[in-house]
Amino acid sequence: MAELKVSGITFAYEETPVLADVSLELHEQELVSILGASGCGKTTLFHIISGLHKPQQGKVVLNGKDITGCPGQISYMMQKDLLLPYRTIEDNVILPLLLKGEKKKEARKKVSLYFEEFGLEGTQKKYPRQLSGGMRQRAALLRTYMFSSDVALLDEPFSALDTLTKGEMHRWYLDVMDKIHLSTLFITHDIDEAILLSDRICLLTGKPGRVTEEIVIEEPRPRKKEFNLTEEFLEYKRRILERL
Amino acid sequence: MKRKLQSITSKILPATAVLVLLALWQTASAAGLISGFLLPSPLEVVKAFAEDFPLLMDNARVTLLEAFAGLAVGVLVGFVTAVLMDGFEWLYQAVYPLIVLTQTVPTVAIAPLLVLWFGYEMLPKVILIVIVTFFPITVSLLDGFRASDQDTISLLRSMGASKTQIFRYVKFPGALGSFFASLRISVSYAVVGAVISEWLGGFNGLGVYMTRVKKAFSFDKMFAVIFLISAISLFLMWAVNILQRISMPWEEENR
Repeated sequence: MAELKVSGITFAYEETPVLADVSLELHEQELVSILGASGCGKTTLFHIISGLHKPQQGKVVLNGKDITGCPGQISYMMQKDLLLPYRTIEDNVILPLLLKGEKKKEARKKVSLYFEEFGLEGTQKKYPRQLSGGMRQRAALLRTYMFSSDVALLDEPFSALDTLTKGEMHRWYLDVMDKIHLSTLFITHDIDEAILLSDRICLLTGKPGRVTEEIVIEEPRPRKKEFNLTEEFLEYKRRILERL
Repeated sequence: MKRKLQSITSKILPATAVLVLLALWQTASAAGLISGFLLPSPLEVVKAFAEDFPLLMDNARVTLLEAFAGLAVGVLVGFVTAVLMDGFEWLYQAVYPLIVLTQTVPTVAIAPLLVLWFGYEMLPKVILIVIVTFFPITVSLLDGFRASDQDTISLLRSMGASKTQIFRYVKFPGALGSFFASLRISVSYAVVGAVISEWLGGFNGLGVYMTRVKKAFSFDKMFAVIFLISAISLFLMWAVNILQRISMPWEEENR
């Protein structure tokens, strides 16, 4: 059972308060979005949850274990794909396994099963620069998934893509989510994206940032591609816009 | 197609320039505009080269041996220094000015001292080459390490990577490009360094040969050995390029 509890996180960068008493929970196989304007501390929150930063107050608990300030427990995909340009896609994807001390050959064998599922077949021996933005993002996501299939933090994974590619990636992601069952915390500033993908949306607002509202998206899974054209979708959007 | 054409023209142009220059030189010499003992004609140089070929090769072998030994140690020293200085900030602060200082001392001035301390054999020459070759390697590797992407390092840290793993997977491969750029420089420094150290004391090598023919006023042979040294340096730089292509296949794929 993957369950992540973040409670009472307070963080200041030097003298500037960034986050004030942020708490949230992520349950098994849930996708929770953190929605907020740029600069409200979303990325800082992820740095804290992943263990890269230590909060001044508060705790991060994964499956009952306190992991505050301990990196290497939760998969984290940052805004840029950050694929290493000098490694092939395959060798990029096996990186988390290599870091855990696995042999190259076995790691390659392990990841090969997922290339098709992630729509990446045929890219194994290519270098990141030979791939389109969307494909690179898929590869980065697969790498994130190879690190841990428990809990993943995704920081605006689709924000750098153009609108058409983004739509395609959303459909792809909805599809993949049904297959791989990953509990995911998802940062975005795109309201449509948040409603389309999430089970719950946490609104992070203000300076310093706090979670001011939690909205549950009732639409069952698997979601249809046309969900974002329905009346309910617009209703959610109206509610969120009112509160931001 | 266009790119291929460009790459052909980019090779034709400098080659033509060299040929034109040689032709002008030859014509000027043949017409008697330049006196033969001040500046020999290209043909005379070629003749001298052919005449002394076995001798030149013998001496070149010695020089190359010194250059390679010095370069190998120089690269090793440069690499280790860079890694240590990157790992420990206090070491960087302490040692960096010292390293720069070693480069301000003129080679010609320390070479005789080295001969005095270490004799006329290979050792002083190798030491001199180490001194001139490690510096570009250290500086460019350090720059390469320090320029590595902070986000990528954060990402690896979030995956629980150790300092050594970050070095192995991010810093080292990221610095390879600047390493090869500095290796090209160091290779030519190594050859020139070997020749200079032979000038100032030694029994054989291209530098010794050079001093000898200079004293005999055989300028044709002098030019022959100058061209040979240039050719060796060029060949070694080309070899570094090939090595770089083999070790950095991703650059090739991106072209």
